[in-house]
Amino acid sequence: MFRKAIISSHTIIFCLPLSIYTIGRAQEKPYFVTYSHDLEEPGNLEIETKTALARPEGGNHYGATAMELEYGTRAWWTTELYLDGQTTPQDSTLFTGWRLENRLRPLMREHAINPLLYIEYENTSGADKTILEVTGHDGQTDLAESNGQSRREHQHEAELKLILSSNLKAWNISENFIAEKDLSHAPWEFGYAVGLTRPLRSAAGSRECTFCAEKFITGIEGYGGLGDTFSLTMRDTSHYLAPLIGWQLPRGARLSFSPGFGLTDTSLARVYRVGLAFEFAQFGNWFHGSNGGGE
Amino acid sequence: MTRTFSGLLTIALGATLSLAAVQSTRWQHVPARDHAQANPLASQPDAAVAGALIYKEHCQQCHKANAQGDGNKRPSLHSERLRTASDGDIEWFLRQGDLGHGMPSWSSLPQAQRWQIVAYLKSIQ
Repeated sequence: MFRKAIISSHTIIFCLPLSIYTIGRAQEKPYFVTYSHDLEEPGNLEIETKTALARPEGGNHYGATAMELEYGTRAWWTTELYLDGQTTPQDSTLFTGWRLENRLRPLMREHAINPLLYIEYENTSGADKTILEVTGHDGQTDLAESNGQSRREHQHEAELKLILSSNLKAWNISENFIAEKDLSHAPWEFGYAVGLTRPLRSAAGSRECTFCAEKFITGIEGYGGLGDTFSLTMRDTSHYLAPLIGWQLPRGARLSFSPGFGLTDTSLARVYRVGLAFEFAQFGNWFHGSNGGGE
Repeated sequence: MTRTFSGLLTIALGATLSLAAVQSTRWQHVPARDHAQANPLASQPDAAVAGALIYKEHCQQCHKANAQGDGNKRPSLHSERLRTASDGDIEWFLRQGDLGHGMPSWSSLPQAQRWQIVAYLKSIQ
């Protein structure tokens, strides 16, 4: 009975984007934690699910999914809403909160290194296990608590990121510096994420295809905590290294996969991530009587 | 009345000439090195065909299938400005975008794919 409930909740999370899928165009890097300076095209809406599967030491396996609704407000401004959920067998399935974020590009020209400002407010419970960033002294013990215990903790956090990113020929190199603050009482926590990606082939073929090399983007990302203002040290911090692969599917959908490996005792030993994205072209025009999608 | 009409006509003419000057000088922002760059894929017959596929995937949603734009904010790509631009000008513009006016930067595409789009855009002029 419980297993059935888990399956149906996962089915809903995974199939919702499929059920409303009409026109999709997605061309983004397959990062799960790192941000590059690529922004959503103005008027486009991307829906992506990012699922993390892991088992903390002394805890149960769990699956946590963040559904991301990303809208290109302007060519230099992208807004995102995340809805997070989590399921732990032999425990429970629950909605764990939401996040609202904005990414702003202050410089209108492309430079060797392109800065982006990221501002986020998150309202989540302690049961949120999506690991969309690692900061401070976050560790696997936080993830091992039962849902009944951890859901009682409410987090109202503000998060700031400085995103630096460069596109060089076919490569992307991105570095993120993270500062996060619980708005009630906790200290500022710091973290980082760095990533590198490249398509398997840079030039496109002259025929439409699904399995061509240019449809696959590979890369690697590393992320972790850098302590907090009470204890600005690397001791008891988590760090991960995660190879990435992204596959550009027909009609613009995108599938991503990343096995992440913990590098310290505080980290999870492994975390597997799966992402599925669809993009709705010129979504903003749907409400103005014309679908801007090219016919 | 005649004076008011003449005044309005002068303003309209001035605005049109200024706009034309801005349009014709648009490529003057392109650095000389970029302007002088020739399309390294120009000799490949498939480059424009591949460029058409990339256009369909990324550009068509705004500039439409026939590249005529929407007659409003999304301009036609059959234009004097594109006909007179060098390959390097167009590649530079694709890389930079015009963020203030809604054109995204396509630096996210590999450089080879931007050159394929340039080959396609030149082929439809």
